[in-house]
Amino acid sequence: MITLTEIREDLFMALQSLRSNLMRSTLTTLGIVIGIVSVTLMGTAIEGLNRAFMTSIAYIGADVLYIQKFPWVVGEEWWRYRNRKDITLSEEKAIEEQSTYAVAVAPFTGSMATVKYEDQSATGVVVVGSNQNYALLQGASVAEGRFLTEAEVAGARPVVVLGSEVAQKLFPRGGSLGKLVKVGGHSFRVVGVLEKMGNFLGLFSLDTRVVIPISQYFQHFKSYHSSIDIGVKIRDVNNLEDAREELRGIMRKVRHVPPGAPDDFAINQQELLINTFNSIGVIIAAVGLFITGLALTVGGIGIMNIMFVSVTERTREIGIRKALGARRITILVQFLIESAAICLFGGLIGLAIAFPMSILIDKWVLPTAMPVSIVVVAIFVSLAVGIISGLLPAYRASKLDPVEALRYE
Amino acid sequence: MPLIRLQNISKIYNVNEAEEVHALRNITVEIDRNEYVAVMGPSGSGKSTLMNIVGCLDTPTSGLYEFNGVNVSQMSDNELARIRNKEIGFVFQTFNLLPRSDALHNVELPLIYGGVPAAERRRRALHALEQVGLADRIHHKPNELSGGQRQRVAIARALVTEPSLILADEPTGNLDTKTGDEIMALFELIHEKGNTIILVTHEEYIAEHAKRIIRIRDGMIEHDERVSNRKVLNSYSETTAL
Repeated sequence: MITLTEIREDLFMALQSLRSNLMRSTLTTLGIVIGIVSVTLMGTAIEGLNRAFMTSIAYIGADVLYIQKFPWVVGEEWWRYRNRKDITLSEEKAIEEQSTYAVAVAPFTGSMATVKYEDQSATGVVVVGSNQNYALLQGASVAEGRFLTEAEVAGARPVVVLGSEVAQKLFPRGGSLGKLVKVGGHSFRVVGVLEKMGNFLGLFSLDTRVVIPISQYFQHFKSYHSSIDIGVKIRDVNNLEDAREELRGIMRKVRHVPPGAPDDFAINQQELLINTFNSIGVIIAAVGLFITGLALTVGGIGIMNIMFVSVTERTREIGIRKALGARRITILVQFLIESAAICLFGGLIGLAIAFPMSILIDKWVLPTAMPVSIVVVAIFVSLAVGIISGLLPAYRASKLDPVEALRYE
Repeated sequence: MPLIRLQNISKIYNVNEAEEVHALRNITVEIDRNEYVAVMGPSGSGKSTLMNIVGCLDTPTSGLYEFNGVNVSQMSDNELARIRNKEIGFVFQTFNLLPRSDALHNVELPLIYGGVPAAERRRRALHALEQVGLADRIHHKPNELSGGQRQRVAIARALVTEPSLILADEPTGNLDTKTGDEIMALFELIHEKGNTIILVTHEEYIAEHAKRIIRIRDGMIEHDERVSNRKVLNSYSETTAL
């Protein structure tokens, strides 16, 4: 085997060679730098997407099941779901009465409307009709006043709870409680304002809605769908599967689904979305890393090219070393170390460039951070690219015939 | 037992499929320890091929080559590398020093490949450089040294492993006459210390320093003679004092 002394000599000679061809080494390294920058930034972006998704999906609640007409992930059979019977309030009542796993049940439905107070107005507000449990299901908390009460829902009282942005818009100086606002032209008394919650999947804001009793809602508004959704919060997240079966049984009974027939409703849960996201995420990550990996491959080809040049240039040196007793492996390792060193150097520069860029992305595009794993992978990958690209030139160097090499001019 | 024993050594190169070149034809020769041999011949005579085989840089097409009683004619590349490292010191016409390394590192190189620990390596390299009179030039790179000095670094590199054989291929070919004489005086000194030297040259003047001259022509030994009228230069110390 190769001795430590020989490896030290190899390392020394490799660095000497890089130093004496500084311009060439730097230019060659550029390909690897670009490759590593694009790979790490892609990794960082994917990490950011994951984080954004996970933060958003937390609002859905891991312990909440959603009974809806449509499943969240719809395949090509969309038309089949469309003909399903609507889900109604009486089904919600049945679940409230019969379910043993549920701690809170809320029916909800919504539509877009304009909310006005005096000369201030907020357009594109989602009016949600629900009951007193809605805040709990959504993980929303009340900043001012209180949420809807059971009595208000039962009595169809014209009261409203404002999302934080709506409240901000209508009452820039606060003091919204007790005021009468017009929701879609109808008067509602403000009883509470919700805490700011942020965006859902970065698409629409939970803060731009108002919640009114569902009984009031049915009097004044018409939803996108005539079917309502039912959210059911489960006592213990570990019993999710049992709860799901129980809800299924209740729903089938209430909706008179004959035995053997498929469900004519969907029970959705957070996990489903996560699974779908993950499977899409894997594809996005694979395609993204493949494309950026191409940049790295081009960089690697550049390294291979320059290593061939380096071997040819130093044919005579190789001959001298062989005459003095260098074995094949020593020569092989010398050139492998050289190409690995170029690439490692490029990888480190790439990381040094990508890191501040990831901070900019974090600031302006989406919240993210360069994961440590990406850093480790980038260093490992650049080393691997160096070794793979160097393999062929180094092998050629090690195979040189000493007589021919010494004669080389 | 002779140091070198060549028996019916032939080397055939295939120029192309139809044409073969017989560089060496049935060379049989023995060289003992502590001999000082010059190999002479015009260019194309096969003397370089012979030297490459004797130096374990190349293997013969057929025939037997015993070095120190060990058959090296069929050895693998790595085994040959080991023989070259431990047993043979090369001195080339064009010096063949590593251009970016200083004199000390150049002399240390064979010891590095021989796995000699750093401290001893340095000690031995310094000693070898002292022997050739370059103790004050150890950190000079080849381009900071004169031709004669470069060749002396190369000789130090050849001596540093204390090899059984010093193989010098036209060692004065790139030097002026005076410097060439200095180098030949150095070889004389090395020979006096008990080293075996094979000198490849095409100059009669240089060959006459040796004790035995083997003349090669057309791949065969034409003549093998003891030198009766040997040219012995002033001792090395006097030459360097000039």
